[in-house]
Amino acid sequence: MLRATLKSLLARKVRLILSGLAVVLGVMFVSGAFVLTDTLGRSFDAIFADAYEGVDVQVAAKPKLAVGETEGEQVAPPFPAAVLDRVRTVPGVAEATGSVNATGARLIGSNGKAVTSFGPPQLGSNWTGGSDLIEIRQGRAPQADNEIMVNAALATAGKVTVGDQVGVLLTLASKQEFTLVGIFGYSGGRDSIGGANEIYFTTPVAQRLMLGAPDTYNSIVLTSADGVAPERLRDDVAAALGDGYVVKTGEQLSADAAAGLKEGLSFFNRILLGFAGVALLVGTFLILNTFSIIVAQRTRELALMRAIGASGRQVIGSVLVEAVAIGLLASVLGLAAGIGVGALLAYVFGQFAGGLTLAGLGVPPVAVFSSFGVGLVITVVAALLPALRAARIPPIAAMQDVATPDRPLTRVTLSGAVVTAAGAGLLALGLSGNAGDNTLVTILTGVLLAFIGVALLTPLISRPVVNLLGGLFSWSVPGKLGRLNSGRNPRRTAITAAALMVGIALVTGVTVILDSTKASIAGKAEQIIDAELVVAGEQTGPQPPTFEPTVVDRAAALPGVAAVAGLYNDMATVEGERRFVNAATDLAAVGRIWGAKATAGTVATLRPDQVALSEPAAKELNKTVGDRITAQFARGEPHTYTVAAIVPEDRLPGAIMLPKESAADFTQPKPYLALVQLTPGTPVAQVQPQLEELVKDSPEVSVTDRAGFIAQQTGQFDTLLRMIQILLALAIVIAVLGIINTLALSVLERTRELGLLRAIGLRRAQTMRMITVEAVVISVFGALLGVTVGSGLGAAVVEALKDEGITELVLPWSQMGLFVGLAALIGVVAAVLPAIRAARINVLGAIAHD
Amino acid sequence: MTATVGRPVGAAARASDVWKVYGSGEAQVVALRGVSAEFERGRFTAIMGPSGSGKSTLMHCLAGLDTVTRGTVMIGDTKVTGLGDAGLTRLRRDQVGFIFQQFNLLPTLSAKENILLPLAIAGRKPDPAWYDTVIDTVGLRDRLDHRPNQLSGGQQQRVACARALVSRPQVIFADEPTGNLDSRSGAEVLGFLRNSVRQHGQTIVMVTHDPTAAAYADRVVFLADGQIVSELIEPTADTVLDTMKKLDTLPAPTEAGI
Repeated sequence: MLRATLKSLLARKVRLILSGLAVVLGVMFVSGAFVLTDTLGRSFDAIFADAYEGVDVQVAAKPKLAVGETEGEQVAPPFPAAVLDRVRTVPGVAEATGSVNATGARLIGSNGKAVTSFGPPQLGSNWTGGSDLIEIRQGRAPQADNEIMVNAALATAGKVTVGDQVGVLLTLASKQEFTLVGIFGYSGGRDSIGGANEIYFTTPVAQRLMLGAPDTYNSIVLTSADGVAPERLRDDVAAALGDGYVVKTGEQLSADAAAGLKEGLSFFNRILLGFAGVALLVGTFLILNTFSIIVAQRTRELALMRAIGASGRQVIGSVLVEAVAIGLLASVLGLAAGIGVGALLAYVFGQFAGGLTLAGLGVPPVAVFSSFGVGLVITVVAALLPALRAARIPPIAAMQDVATPDRPLTRVTLSGAVVTAAGAGLLALGLSGNAGDNTLVTILTGVLLAFIGVALLTPLISRPVVNLLGGLFSWSVPGKLGRLNSGRNPRRTAITAAALMVGIALVTGVTVILDSTKASIAGKAEQIIDAELVVAGEQTGPQPPTFEPTVVDRAAALPGVAAVAGLYNDMATVEGERRFVNAATDLAAVGRIWGAKATAGTVATLRPDQVALSEPAAKELNKTVGDRITAQFARGEPHTYTVAAIVPEDRLPGAIMLPKESAADFTQPKPYLALVQLTPGTPVAQVQPQLEELVKDSPEVSVTDRAGFIAQQTGQFDTLLRMIQILLALAIVIAVLGIINTLALSVLERTRELGLLRAIGLRRAQTMRMITVEAVVISVFGALLGVTVGSGLGAAVVEALKDEGITELVLPWSQMGLFVGLAALIGVVAAVLPAIRAARINVLGAIAHD
Repeated sequence: MTATVGRPVGAAARASDVWKVYGSGEAQVVALRGVSAEFERGRFTAIMGPSGSGKSTLMHCLAGLDTVTRGTVMIGDTKVTGLGDAGLTRLRRDQVGFIFQQFNLLPTLSAKENILLPLAIAGRKPDPAWYDTVIDTVGLRDRLDHRPNQLSGGQQQRVACARALVSRPQVIFADEPTGNLDSRSGAEVLGFLRNSVRQHGQTIVMVTHDPTAAAYADRVVFLADGQIVSELIEPTADTVLDTMKKLDTLPAPTEAGI
């Protein structure tokens, strides 16, 4: 029996390849995700191990604010240089170097624009004579206060060379001009470590610009004397310094730094696996369909086996063995392809992150296990149903024609209705927010069940819809034949279309949600913000770009300007909890621009010890006007504020509005946003150039009108949408394979019929048109289903998010039209190979022989 | 439509010195060895011969389903030999009709749609009077909206006959048209084919190995080993059987049955 199965399998190689391809793609995605994150993880390990190589022990002051990796850079506060002398007296210290090393130094390139790292830190450090890590490539280290040295990647990105006069933007100071005297690299010929940029100043300059205070450091690097273990030195130094300091070994530091990034990586990994799941779901449909068709075509063969004494179990076994063989082969290929894709993506990622040096390619065991697990399980599960059906084939079928009778759709429709209802129920439960901690799981299960349910209902829907769609093509005989073919096996058409439905439904759903969010935000901004001009920049790292605080005052003094509100933001600890806070240059101006009317207290310029709260924030903090709240910022000591006003939520730019004096202790003590309201009748074009002149020293920000600002703010949704679309495209590619597969198998099945049509005069071109119409009808049907289901899912989510401020439901009609149009194109493309095959059928061979 | 159609003169299909060779070298098989034959208009010709005699090959070559190695084939005034795929397709569409052993109807189309399919493909309108005549002759009027799987084998084959007839081709080729039918249905189909020749002047060439079926023809051509070896005019089942017996004594492969 086994040998018969394997022989039959090998005899149909094309079928094997097509059904295996879907599994290969899904498995590729799974193993690729694991290989990518593993490679990146080990690369980051290596980077941090390198970065802390010469560090036995490091001393830093305790940060004022604990900040998670995803929320921004932790600010290591400065401490007096005297601490260095104290540390030097600790026995076991061989060498102690006071060091300044903080992010926020941005080089202005030769094109006048600030060089951005797109995420990794942009460090400003003090030159203390170098280490094994640093290799000066050109020129020399900075000696005078107007000299700097930059790493090679930064010099390349900014197109600057030794001897150039260059500007540097700083967080704690205004723009400064320097002479570039040297370019350096890191050991091993690297231009950058993990994409970070680094500028070396002389120590006094670094202290003043990066720490904001002379004679301070923010870390001390220690090497231990011979025979003293770093752990021992750490404990001794910690004991000598007391409570306010954090002392860690180099190993700890590198592990801490890597752990933070790996948390981000595992999140990334889960997202990739989510998309792999979608791809596999679609792949399951495809395999299920393939096996159904294969079993239908093998009815005679299987019935013959039954007739000569094979048991039902043996028939199931025969189909399952075929599934296992395909699953195994596909897993191996998928794993191999995944390793390739993972390596390629890691390389691309490395290039993007400014020349990340990749650790050697590794295949983690989890990638291997998940590849085989997923590949085998999916294939076998998908083959199980057709296998059970095969076992029920009566032996008498061997003697009869393979006219499988049309099975009634009652059962499949009923179960479809039940599963759809269950999915909708779970979805409603999840979206209503009553599922507690399991909300995400509930929603995802609901979506999955909804997809399966709709797929089960599809055969019933397919008849009228396919007839209607096909009607468009019925003007020609081939078109009519194609239409009839697509309607002749509702299950097959349905599953093929359902595979396409999943991808398109997800893309449509996400588009509905994001477009609605975008429209709601834009609508609200337009309705609320009464400002004609906006000063802001595009955020590319953890912190938004900023500009000088003086810009706000000078803008307010421009003729034609009615009010200017400059805004700062940061994370802070407010009443013991981490919260996002804002500071405004002038709350009175904010009130004019946002139309803020206090429900309690008054909206006026805040005194340095006053705070305004939004209604929900006041409720959460349980404060009313006159109450006091304490806040700790990134720098400095805790502050206490008195609540001066409580304002409706959408009438303030932030939940907690602080006076501008607080901003001095923010991570970035500079405004990131200024809204400019003009006096009535003042043309925007008159003020805009003057404003632009004011911010010319801050090349990271620009002046836009309100519409441009809203577009800029909502632009991130477009980027997100595009990324999701690219990832979901894989699911659609698999669905296209499914259409090709179904058509190819149908063409094989109908060889005789095609031969007959050719014999009675159907031209080759007409034959191809017939197959193409069939494909187009199936794919457009799938797209229509997808667009419908996706709009439904999207609308449900938007409805659930009504309370979160997403009040507008936007159905992307043009996008949906595009999807249906694309589906038609997909149908045409998918039909190419099967159509050529059909047209090439040997007429005589097809009709003369059985 | 009157039934008094005189027999037109000339050949509806002609083979001249047709050779058909499969393979090459050691594996070479010669299926047809210089066959020359004319199939006159308005006659019902049967081609008979033992298995492997080349009778099916001859029919396929005549119908433009297969190419000849040497020699020429004509359908009416059209030279079939040398036509490309497009030309052959047009020939089959406009000048030739087919009836197969496996009824070969499209399962998605009703009986009526199957009958009209060749005309639809060609983009031609059926002649309503002729269509009515054909439908009435095959006796399918009350079955026109049925799908093939709702029809008996005999009914299906009658649909196939109607399909071949309705476009009034130069010649209809029938390949063992009764091979899959019980004797009564077979007799109905054969009688119907003979009538279409007698009453409407249709030309039919039929390949068969059944002497009873061959007896319906006006003329029987016997093939053996790729050559025409004998011919009978106005045959009966007995004369056909006698001739077959004589052929069997020749050193040819024995009939293995279907």
